[in-house]
Amino acid sequence: MHDTHTPLIFEHSRPGRVNNTHTQRNTASVNTIPDTLLRKTPPRLPEVSEMDAVRHYTRLSQKNFSIDTHFYPLGSCTMKHNPRACNTLAMLPGFLGRHPLSPEQHGQGYLSCMWDLQEILKDVTGMTAVSLTPMAGAQGEFAGVAMIRAYHDANNDTTRSEILVPDAAHGTNPATATMCGYATKEIPTDANGDVDVDALKAVVGPQTAGIMLTNPSTLGVFDRRIKEIAEIVHDAGGLLYYDGANLNAILGKVKPGDMGFDVIHMNLHKTFSTPHGGGGPGAGPVGVSERLKPFMPIPVVGKNDDGYYWLTEKDLPQTIGRLSTFMGNAGVLLRAYIYALLLGREGMTRVADYATLNANYLMAKLNQAGFDMALPERRATHEFILTLKRQAKEQGVTAMDFAKRLLDYGFHAPTTYFPLIVPECLLIEPTESESKETLDAFVEAMVAIQKEAESDAETLKGAPYTMPMRRLDDVKAARELDLRYKTDNNQ
Amino acid sequence: MPFIPHTENDTRTMLDTIGADAIEDLFDEIPAGLRARSLNEIPAGRNEMAVSRLVQTRAAQDTQALSFLGAGAYEHHIPAAVWELTTRGEFYTAYTPYQAEASQGTLQLLYEFQTMMAELTAMDVSNASLYDGASALAEAVLMAVRANRKSKSKRILMPATVHPTYRSVVNTIVRHQGIQLELVDYDTQGGHIDPANLPAEPGDIAALVIPQPNFFGTLEDVDTLTDWAQSHGALVIGVVNPTAMALIAPPGEWGNGAGADIVCGEGQPLGAPLSSGGPYFGFMCCAQKHVRQMPGRIIGRTTDLEGKTGYVLTLQAREQHIRRSKATSNICTNQGLLTTAATIYLSLMGPEGLRQTAEHSHANTQKLAKKLCMIDGVEKIFDRPCFHETVLRLPKPANEVLSALDTQDVLGGFDLFQAYPELGNAILICATETKTDDDLEQYATALRNVLA
Ligand SMILES: Cc1ncc(COP(=O)(O)O)c(C=O)c1O
Repeated sequence: MHDTHTPLIFEHSRPGRVNNTHTQRNTASVNTIPDTLLRKTPPRLPEVSEMDAVRHYTRLSQKNFSIDTHFYPLGSCTMKHNPRACNTLAMLPGFLGRHPLSPEQHGQGYLSCMWDLQEILKDVTGMTAVSLTPMAGAQGEFAGVAMIRAYHDANNDTTRSEILVPDAAHGTNPATATMCGYATKEIPTDANGDVDVDALKAVVGPQTAGIMLTNPSTLGVFDRRIKEIAEIVHDAGGLLYYDGANLNAILGKVKPGDMGFDVIHMNLHKTFSTPHGGGGPGAGPVGVSERLKPFMPIPVVGKNDDGYYWLTEKDLPQTIGRLSTFMGNAGVLLRAYIYALLLGREGMTRVADYATLNANYLMAKLNQAGFDMALPERRATHEFILTLKRQAKEQGVTAMDFAKRLLDYGFHAPTTYFPLIVPECLLIEPTESESKETLDAFVEAMVAIQKEAESDAETLKGAPYTMPMRRLDDVKAARELDLRYKTDNNQ
Repeated sequence: MPFIPHTENDTRTMLDTIGADAIEDLFDEIPAGLRARSLNEIPAGRNEMAVSRLVQTRAAQDTQALSFLGAGAYEHHIPAAVWELTTRGEFYTAYTPYQAEASQGTLQLLYEFQTMMAELTAMDVSNASLYDGASALAEAVLMAVRANRKSKSKRILMPATVHPTYRSVVNTIVRHQGIQLELVDYDTQGGHIDPANLPAEPGDIAALVIPQPNFFGTLEDVDTLTDWAQSHGALVIGVVNPTAMALIAPPGEWGNGAGADIVCGEGQPLGAPLSSGGPYFGFMCCAQKHVRQMPGRIIGRTTDLEGKTGYVLTLQAREQHIRRSKATSNICTNQGLLTTAATIYLSLMGPEGLRQTAEHSHANTQKLAKKLCMIDGVEKIFDRPCFHETVLRLPKPANEVLSALDTQDVLGGFDLFQAYPELGNAILICATETKTDDDLEQYATALRNVLA
């Protein structure tokens, strides 16, 4: 990383620098559109040469940490290796060129891949049916809770107004409950990191529509009383939603369907290794139990003697409906399918084995190096939580300081300050694709930073030093909003 | 092992460090009764050669006919540099830029993206993407209800000229929050919303949705509609095609006042391949005064400790990870990589390239419609000006004609019968800048044969 300033693409712009390699050369007539409907001044998009653009965006790419360049142990995000075959094959012209509304007989290749993926995900989750259409985890959550609502409505059970969510849950859970018209009730976590079952018993009742639970939880542990929780909620007439954003440690080990869940979403951009793309796209398919099957979001891939086809409103009249214009993030689903083929059944179980081994190893090493774990008595799953509460008290340094300093040591920081219930926490997820050497180097960096905290806390608080930027001012960004370049400056 | 680097020796040493005998011991907290049966439905793992063979065979099954389908996804030329750069590992394998100092590439690119989208729509600000066009409209409806503090009604006027699937997605997503979507019928002559038919006393409405161009490709009378809505205290939500913005009046300039309040749409035409429907991206722009009600990530410019300019995620207090059940939306992962492609696409096209693309798409569709209307029994249904789609009436049932065209390797358009049965044998056609005169002729010949 070098700290040269990269001007905005607009600053490279020169009026009249027309790059017309990508357009038709003849002129076209627009005289059927009346003046009142036409644009008067052109949008101030950059006017640059192809080389200007290529250089500029290449240079910008070099200012990123990514899986391809750095260890990226961002908890709850499963930043594992993204095999290149998945990208190359998903970008074959037959797939890229297919219009979503072209007839099914022109899409048998694509549809057969999606059918196979549905079958694979059914087996992985132990659910009865799968709809691939949600475009990310949060949309999968929406689909799931909307199905829970549709189920209660279909039973004329209209008094259920609450969704239960553990206090450690990801923010998308309560936000989703709101979008589905439910109030959220938080359930505390007990000292061992499991859902507090007594507290659950105290709040569950005829107003309970369901519970949204993540297992392994966002605390990085497997909730051992999951069966009991399922029974308590089911006995009260509520349904169980499984936040399956992180299945990496349970692939082939446990199936949410066997734990009694009614609906699950999966994040294929995590467990199935599709690229995170600087923020997305993802894919958040939902799996359902028999009783929620009629409500699945459409379209779903069906199969009959003539081949593969889309199931729509006609086939699923009680569906919660559509969530996207076509069928969701088709190309992401293809990448996940190809990844699943490369792994195969034994490869999936192996992912769970080594993701778990790496997490437990890293936790043990950090523990031996003197760091405090949030739940030292528990096994790690795919991830675990380290708390810097003691350092905050003794040296006055924060989880944020450690995170920023890790960047200087060449590591992307773990997830910080999540889950909200553990003070000064780092949520660390190494994934199965990292080697022992990398994990050891990370531990060494953490130990070195700890030494700095003890000897020179002020330096630590000023980190990072080797990035293109020093620490950025978030408060100023929010207070003096500057959300776009004022293009007038250079024209 | 595939994608796992451990040697046997590594595994042994690591287990020793943990104090476990076998990897299996690490799963001992999972109650025994829950341990999975095997994964029987999943095939055994294959190497890259075998998987490539299989997937290549599947991809080759998806034959490409000459396509005149639009209806929400458009075939445009994508400069080669777009995906060459977009799939660079540094963009492709990074995530949401939580650690700003190590993500300046993504962050600066998104700031440029926000600027470009705000320019295209002539709005004040843009977010960093939503999932797709339909779900972006759903978010816009939710946002309008929050942002219109004067309105108590949660009523949204939704023209029948809005993409039918968008309307259906909006209904799926907003129905649980007491929002009423009221359909506004269209004028059968113009294929648009006739402002003269809007009620004089509409009562309390939170927002009017205005599509431009609308689903029929027709251009709406956006100025009159905007003025009508705002004079009745309603916000204006524009749903626009981004390519069209190079040619037709952008929502920020609609009406006599300040323009539309919220603008959203499908970003696919800006560099995303058709790819069976995704991944695409939804975009959303708005007037500055509504920015705190916006869903999704927003990037802001700021300075670092030394006063140097840099970029960060900002206004995060709107978002689910901070505000939880009170967030503006549940969205977390968005469509980042597609906005990367769009930003590079717009840089390579520039204002001139995008205008040419829009003009040629418009002109080709006009040319095609004219050619097809020379065939007996084929006619244009609506008389208003269009962007790059238009509706034709056929002398025979549309599904039969389209299937027959398909046997001649022409995808002749979108059958409107299901969504608009009142139009009879009607199809929606689209010819973008990718079509040559020969392509248009091929369609005309095929249709002549089919109808003969
Ligand atoms: C536990 C958990 N639940 C839900 C989500 C939401 O998924 P997405 O970001 O794909 O919407 C995430 C990840 O961001 C997560 O880690």
